[in-house]
Amino acid sequence: MAPDASPVLRVEHLTMRFGGLVAVDDLSFDVRRGAITALIGPNGAGKTTVFNCITGFYRPTEGRLALHRGDAAVWNALADLTDSGKRGVVRPDGALFLLERMPDYLVARQARVARTFQNIRLFSGMTVLENLLVAQHNRLMLASGYTFLGVLGFPSYAAAERAALDKARFWLDRFALTERADDPAGELPYGAQRRLEVARAMCTEPVLLCLDEPAAGLNPRESAELNELLLRIRDEHNVSILLIEHDMSVVMNISDHIVVLDYGVKIADGAPEAVRNDDKVIAAYLGVADEDVAQAEASVGL
Amino acid sequence: MAAGAQDGRVQDLRVDALGAVRDAGFTGIVTFGLLLPLIGFETVTNINDQLVLATRWPLLAAAVVIAAAGRFVYSFAVDPWIASRRAQRPAQPTPAWRYYFKKWFVPFAIGFVIAYPAIVILTVGWSGALRWVDNFGIQILIYMMLGWGLNIVVGLAGLLDLGYVAFYAVGAYSYALLAKNFGLSFWVLLPLAGILSSFWGILLGFPVLRLRGDYLAIVTLAFGEIIRLVIINWTALTNGYAGITGIPRPTFFGIPFNADDNGFAAVFGLEFSPLYRVLFLYYVILALGLLTCFVTMRLRRLPVGRAWEALREDQIACRSLGINTTNTKLTAFAMGAMFAGFAGSFFAAREAFISPESFTFIESATVLSIVVLGGMGSQIGVAIAAIVMIGGTEILRQLAFLKEIFGPTFDPTQYRMLLFGLAMVLIMIWRPRGLISTRDPSVFLKQRKEISVDLVKEGHG
Repeated sequence: MAPDASPVLRVEHLTMRFGGLVAVDDLSFDVRRGAITALIGPNGAGKTTVFNCITGFYRPTEGRLALHRGDAAVWNALADLTDSGKRGVVRPDGALFLLERMPDYLVARQARVARTFQNIRLFSGMTVLENLLVAQHNRLMLASGYTFLGVLGFPSYAAAERAALDKARFWLDRFALTERADDPAGELPYGAQRRLEVARAMCTEPVLLCLDEPAAGLNPRESAELNELLLRIRDEHNVSILLIEHDMSVVMNISDHIVVLDYGVKIADGAPEAVRNDDKVIAAYLGVADEDVAQAEASVGL
Repeated sequence: MAAGAQDGRVQDLRVDALGAVRDAGFTGIVTFGLLLPLIGFETVTNINDQLVLATRWPLLAAAVVIAAAGRFVYSFAVDPWIASRRAQRPAQPTPAWRYYFKKWFVPFAIGFVIAYPAIVILTVGWSGALRWVDNFGIQILIYMMLGWGLNIVVGLAGLLDLGYVAFYAVGAYSYALLAKNFGLSFWVLLPLAGILSSFWGILLGFPVLRLRGDYLAIVTLAFGEIIRLVIINWTALTNGYAGITGIPRPTFFGIPFNADDNGFAAVFGLEFSPLYRVLFLYYVILALGLLTCFVTMRLRRLPVGRAWEALREDQIACRSLGINTTNTKLTAFAMGAMFAGFAGSFFAAREAFISPESFTFIESATVLSIVVLGGMGSQIGVAIAAIVMIGGTEILRQLAFLKEIFGPTFDPTQYRMLLFGLAMVLIMIWRPRGLISTRDPSVFLKQRKEISVDLVKEGHG
């Protein structure tokens, strides 16, 4: 199904406890390379917790989150890497990172995992263009000689800034935001803010793009446009996408693979058609008739 | 029909008047309650040298009547008038003069500050110029520079720092001690003081910057006090409360400003005047201030400056984009501290005497209020606020003629804090986000549009 057999992210035995509450319980799944993987489940199922673990905002209680890029052979280094206690290995033919060992900003910077947020987090007092330049901070910082050369006005920085502006322009164009480039992000309509957040994440040149409910609050036309955009990102930029979504029109139309969570436990994992017809999934979303409760509980292991 | 309309209008007027009377009555009651202990009673020493309570009912009554009458006029006449004017005024496009004003204001301002000493000398003569250049010019420029430095921390990075004066003190004591003990020159020590200050900024920043919002403010306040207390108590090094005297003054490339044969005046064949040193110091602090402003404006257009502003807007989003927020905060802290260090070493060189008295919390508060009044993040706003706040204080000192009106015991400087408070309240009502309440984008694609400050966040550490 996926164009490439090796996964980009392998989540193994991920467990996250908050005191006595087990938000995610022994979750394992793969995010396939060059594919769109959807993480769905009822409210409170632990989807955003999984996201926060992957992107380094939470440190998981248990589990291994291995992110890979480059040649599939790099996966062979996983066991050694796990034993070594290091955060990752970077080799000429690829790289492998253990995300559970990395702080959030390094997950973004080194492992190149970008994310968006359920409640949009833009730099609202900065322009749309500035938002996209902040996303390219690390490369520009290097080009400005950690500010020292930049203050003195070295030409290398000017060139890097031009390149950054070109990239920003490309994504503005792709997300139909060019008209609003010089407006403050906080003034954009809601749908445009959602698009801007994805564009900003794309400016970090991610390997894996994690979208937390990208279609929330969008009207049907906007969410169809978003589907289009996500498919283009997958196909033209070879970015793997992991998304949390409640809007089934988005999930079923564009996902290559769906993982269903309920109460922190994985209840289904597979292609959209298979998941759609899965009894446990239907039970989790719609509930079951009174006479079937005992049977349903037995089947999910209660 | 006409009579009916007339009646209606009279009716409206009566309702307005009744409302205004109610407002006035309420104001009168509040004023009475507030001023009863303040004005109503007075302690006086009687003929037997005893302290007795006297009453001042007429004065209290006058104050209450004035407040109530003022409120009545405001509610009945001024408020409706403002409302009707606002309703009538159509939305106007930005007038042309504002465009020209914006274009020419900065070059004009820089030209003015460069020519300022000459203007002063031409208007008030050599003897009078000393006061105007020293007390006004240099004093304002020091605070302007401090304001610009703190603006990086508070205005751009959104970190509320209530202990900024600590770095000013570090700069001043670095210069004083190194110049006195090792005889190093001002120009060597100026960068060194800046480096030492920013080093202390980083050192204090590490533990502090884990905190956010109010907690950050409180801890920076405490650090400001700690530095002052160390200076007071480490008498072996700093001479405690007595301060450091006889700090070497800066020289003009090795030529001292004194009346000797090898002094500045003699070398250049001029008649000796203390004004030369003051003029030199004025241009030194002007250059330092412009450097601060220039570097800050440059930094805003560099990735580090954008990261500061992004940090003020949303820290979590910053982290999701791979920005190390701790390091970014530290750079802001260090940069702000460095400029305070420059200003501090200049201060020590100018005064030739420093003591812990000069580095109390009120200095931090003054600089912070300059930044807040000016509009957080705005360079021009900070400059205007520094002129208003510090220049205003100095002008109050110059108003000796008021003594002839209010009697010889009247001291206008005593009313400084009262006037500050009033100005602050008015600004907060009229311009809650400071004098300049727009943000200038650091980069644009087609058109530079000013951003209303309503969208800009204030930062929470």
